[in-house]
Formats: sequence, structure tokens, C-alpha cells
Amino acid sequence: MDIKPDEIIGHIGEVLTEKQKKRGILIHAFQKIQHEYNFLPGDALKALSKKLDIPMSDVYSTATFYKQFYFTPRGKKIVRVCTGTACHVRGASKVLNKIKDEFNLEEGETTPDLSMTLETVGCIGCCGLAPVATVNEDIVGEIDMKKIEEIIEAVRQ
Amino acid sequence: MRAKVCCGTACTATGAYKVIDTFKTEAGKRDVSLEIVKTGCQGLCQKGPVLKIEPADIFYQRTKPENVSWIVGYTILGGAPYRQGLYRDNFLSEPVPLMTEIPFYKKQLRIALRNNGRIDPCNINHYLAVGGYKALEKALLSMTPDDVLNEVDKANLRGRGGAGFPAGRKWKHSKGAPGKIKFVIANGDEGDPGAFMDRSIMEGDPHSLLEGMALCAYAIGAQYGFIYVRHEYPLAVKNLNLAIKQAEELGLLGENILGTDFKFTVDIREGAGAFVCGESTALVASIEGERGFPRVRPPRLSEPGGGPWGFPSNLNNIETYACVPVIVEKGSGYFLSIGTKNSPGTKVFALTGKVKNTGLVEVPMGITLREIIYEIGGGILGNKKFKAVQTGGPSGGCIPEKYLDLSVDFDSLISVGSMMGSGGMVVMDEETCMVDVAKFFLSFTQSESCGKCPPCRIGTSQMLDILKKITSGQGQEGDIERLEDLGKKIVAGALCGLGSSAPNPVLTTIKYFREEYEEHIKDKYCRANVCSGLGVYTIEHSECFLCGLCKQACVFGAVKELRNKFFIDQDYCTKCKACYTACPIDAVKVEKQKHYSVQR
Repeated sequence: MDIKPDEIIGHIGEVLTEKQKKRGILIHAFQKIQHEYNFLPGDALKALSKKLDIPMSDVYSTATFYKQFYFTPRGKKIVRVCTGTACHVRGASKVLNKIKDEFNLEEGETTPDLSMTLETVGCIGCCGLAPVATVNEDIVGEIDMKKIEEIIEAVRQ
Repeated sequence: MRAKVCCGTACTATGAYKVIDTFKTEAGKRDVSLEIVKTGCQGLCQKGPVLKIEPADIFYQRTKPENVSWIVGYTILGGAPYRQGLYRDNFLSEPVPLMTEIPFYKKQLRIALRNNGRIDPCNINHYLAVGGYKALEKALLSMTPDDVLNEVDKANLRGRGGAGFPAGRKWKHSKGAPGKIKFVIANGDEGDPGAFMDRSIMEGDPHSLLEGMALCAYAIGAQYGFIYVRHEYPLAVKNLNLAIKQAEELGLLGENILGTDFKFTVDIREGAGAFVCGESTALVASIEGERGFPRVRPPRLSEPGGGPWGFPSNLNNIETYACVPVIVEKGSGYFLSIGTKNSPGTKVFALTGKVKNTGLVEVPMGITLREIIYEIGGGILGNKKFKAVQTGGPSGGCIPEKYLDLSVDFDSLISVGSMMGSGGMVVMDEETCMVDVAKFFLSFTQSESCGKCPPCRIGTSQMLDILKKITSGQGQEGDIERLEDLGKKIVAGALCGLGSSAPNPVLTTIKYFREEYEEHIKDKYCRANVCSGLGVYTIEHSECFLCGLCKQACVFGAVKELRNKFFIDQDYCTKCKACYTACPIDAVKVEKQKHYSVQR
């Protein structure tokens, strides 16, 4: 894994100390690792802690604060059900419950065969089409019972 | 001929790219020269994918790939509107071909969203063609930094992030701070559920944000800029990165901007999924690579020691920066002529919930809620009864029907216990349970609380427990008072904006919809039929047509069948609502518990 603090920190690096630069790129480094492995493996974090000279406890404490980061492998398809206000008012909980029942999962869990992870998200910013869910990067809007079946079918494949 | 196709998130989800592909093949087949512009959000998300054909200026909604050949034939070759693809209020009303004639757009006035839907966000030339970077040129070549600052101050531009603090005053603070190095930070961490205006500006018109930030940097003497973007917005990050690159290439960002000594660079910081990072001091901590904990103020961000790495900084919302170029270019007089005396200008709202036309709406301040909901939004979905409108997201409150004619501006919203917030506007009808809504917002803030200060960490969780009890039918006398008491204490004691506004949705719903709380607690009844475990379930025999679905749905065997009727055995009924949802003709009724008393 190749992380260069000077490049990532950008223009602002001109006025920062070496230590501040290393600290400043920490979250970006997590994002990079997660992009590569789909989660944050312990070994990669150890390597990062060494490279940036930040104690392991500090690395973990920062990573666990943010919701974006995961410490266990995740599924191939990530289904996110939006539970924002507009979606809530238009019945997001029904969508969520149906998918939970169908795959026998709770929020944040992954199926044992690593095919799918179920999550909820605060708001995807697509409130006009509520209720909304995303399957990986694709957004499915105005979900009714028929569309839930389609999502389930798409995930099963 | 030009087709401007909306490629905002909602229209993409409904198939905008398929439409574009069909346009391309169709234009190729018929040998028409057609320029396709992929624009940012055009507003009417509900009816996507939407597109506009220029120069005829005909607006199409719900465009399906199979309609494209008709549009090409009628409009592009013939110059006439294709009737079936046009906007119409309902099945019986006349279709409206022109975008400016559609009720949704009629009452709008666009300043922050002025270029959204007009330009291709990935092409800087489009932005330049609509007068982009003119304000920056004017400022750098003919105005001093103080002139720019005074213009913004005079315009009384109030922070669009929600609290409405005047941007000019904030800028003066940062300008006055000692130290040579200063930052300009744009807060794009739009975590409020039900709000997406910042997203559409970053995605659809990134250059006006950059221009606004550059103007701010010039006014306060800053050299570095940050845009803090939520990680859920990958398209925004992509478009912003591209925009920064293009602006740097043209000498509009970087060193020696437009041949002057002014230097300003912009970097993007991606958030990592923490709502609290929208709070200014927490955002600073996150930029530094720490956990996103809010810090005690003072020092404020504009003071030494307050901003990232201690450098004084100016932080504003995306929409605020997007308004700045207009103010500098057209002067503060223009801005002051729009809106109300104390809240000049416009505000973008994300109108969602149970209204017919959802989407992004930019209106002059001082417009009434009724105008927004009934004229722009087209009224309540399914012609149901209006109950409340929620503004300001988790920090705001619910406004009941009696305030529908309230003027929408910073101060009058606060006077009824709600707030502008970032501009989410969620409309609720009679089928929305207000206790459930309060619970929803509180469970959001409770799970997003960073946990640093006890009032927020413990207080919200206590309040949530009480609300959970009430909505599941376990509410007790005195719960409402306990909620009010806890709420007031959290408001007074919390460290940051998240905590001190978290009880607002609960407090306003108690204030305006107290009888619903009381019904939940005393009568064990939810009038919106949202909360399960409440009410008495019965079957109305005069309506029932004996399909038996309720009996199949009941896993507890509470629905009993006689020779020619079904009834619900109250001893077995767990009030799980399964029969109620299963019934196709609403013959299962939920009623209040009846109290009988014997008179002595």
C-alpha cells in the first residue's frame, strides 16, 4: 500500500509540520485502504500506524468513530436502505423489514456467503423519490412491493 | 438544437442515461445535429427524468426511452411540442409546454441554483458562458478586499446553513484575526435527512461554489480553501475535483489569479460518515484527522487557535458561498430587493414528504408555507388532509396547520419553535403519527451523538426510551412532563449545536400535538395508525366481504371465523396490525379503547 502524505494533503502541506501532515491524511488513508480491501484489515492498519507514526490505539479510536469504516469483510452487494425523513414518512421501514425477513439479516450484517450486506443510511439526498434504496452504486427509487422483489432478485443473482 | 437532460441523482435513478443514449442513436439515425447537455438537478425530482429542448424551451417530464423518437420528430425536427410527454397537473388538465409556465417553477426565483439545469457542470466553458467568474474578475480588478466585504455585509447575507448568522459579520471576524495564514472552509457535510440542496449545487454547479469561496478568500485575505464533502456524495466529489482542475488550468485558482498577486487554492476533504462533523468545530477536528468531536468555544473558528491547526478560518455553508458571486456582480441593492427586511434573498428548500411535486425549490424569503406546499408543491398527495410541515431536519420542529400562512424567513420560523435549518421541508399528512416522527428524529440524533458531553449522550437516550415506551403502548402518566423537562435541560446543557437542538422535534410536537401524545398514553390509541400495539382492532361486518385474508395474516389465531362473519378475539389479539395491513378494503378498524364507568 502506497500512501504519500505530501501528495494527499494537497496545497495546505506548505504550512504544516511533518507530524500534522501525517495526522491530516489519516482519514483519507483509511478510505484508500477500505477502497482496496472493502474493509480495514488489522495488518493494513498496523502498517499504516507504523508508516504515519501514530499509535495503534489512536488509529483504531479514530477509525471506529466514523461510520464509513468496517473491520470485518463485507458482502459483494451492499444494499443501503435510506431511512431519511422523507423515506420514513413514505414507508422506508416496510422496505427494510421486508429485506431483513427475506435474507434473515439485521442492519449492518453480512450474509455468511458474503454475497450481501444490509445497511441503513441517514439520507442519500434523493428524497424526491422516497422511499429509496441503493444496491452498490445504483439508486432504486419509489420502491413499492414489486420493486422490492426486483431488488431481492438482483441481489440473489 | 440542444437537449438539456437532468442528470441529478433522482433523474439518474429513473433512467436519464438511457434517455440520453436513445437521443444519441435517434439523432444519428435521422441525421440531426443535436447537442446533449448533462445538467445538474433541475428541481422537479418527482417527475424525472426531466429535460428541456432549446431554443423552443419545451419541457418534458417522465421521459421514457420509447418517447424519445417522438420528441425528436415533433420538437427537434418540427418545433412543436409532443403532447404526451408534457407536464400536466392531472389527467384532465391541459398540458403545459413551457418550463416557466409550470406551477412548480412559476413562483420560484433562482439565485443559488441560478445555473443548475442550465449548464454542464463538467465543462467550465458553460459556466463562463453564463457569466461565471465575472464577479471574481470585477472584485480582483476594480474592488479592494474591503469593498467586497462591505458589499456582502450590506447585502445582509445570512448563513444558509440554518442558524442565519450574517456572513458579512463572520467574514469581518476572520479578517480581523491576527496571523498571515487563513483558511476558507465550505461546509458540504449535509447530513440532515431530507435535505439535498448542497448536493445539487456541488454536483450541478461546482464553479459558483469555487467562485464564492475565492471571493471570500480575497475579502478576508485567505490563501487556502477546503471543501468538506460527505462521503455519501461521490458524484459531488468527482465534479468538484474536475472543476478545481479546470479552474486552475485557466488561472482562476492557484497562484497569481487573473494576473494579480492573489493566491488561493482549494482542496477537498471527504467526510467519513459522521453527522456531527457538520458542526463547525467537529468539522475542524475531522479535517485535522482526529475523531470528529466538537470543541468548546471560544476560541471560535475565526479566532487564532480555532480553525484547523489553529489557523483562523471562515466557515460557511455551500449555498451561502453560491450566493456571493451574484451579490458582488449585481450589488447588494439587488439582493436586498428580494425577500424580507431581515432575511433578504432566497432560500433553497428540499420539498419532500407527502406532497405531489417533490424536489428542489428556490423561493424568495417571505413566501408563505401555504404557497410553497399548495402552489409549488401542488398540494397533499392523494388529497389527504394536511397535518404538519417539518422544517430544519433533526434540529428543527413541526409546524401545524394554523401557521400555514406564516412567512418563511429565519426569524419567523424560530418564533414558532422551528428553524430554517439547512432547508429540508417534509410535509406530513393525517397518516403521519407525530409521536412516531419525534421518535424518528430523536433516534437519529441519539445514534449520531458523538458522546462527548453527557447531556446529549445520556439525555437523548433517556428521551428516546420514553418515546419508545409511548409508541409501544407502555406510556405512563407524567411521561410528557418528563420529556419536556429533559428536553429543556439538554438544550441548556449540551456542548454543541447537535445536542442543543436535538430535543426540538420532540418539544415542538408536544407543543402543537399534545393531544396525540395523550391519546397514545391514556387511550392507547394512535390516530394515524402508525404505531403498532395500540388501539382496539375490530372488523366492520357491513364492509367485510369475507375474503379471509385477515385470518391468514394473523399468526396468533385471534381472527375467528363464524359461518358468515369474521371477528377478532380481543384476548388473543396482540395488536400487531397484520390483519389491518392485510385487509384489501379497510374493513379492519382500529379504534380508541372505550372506557366505561359505572355511576353509583
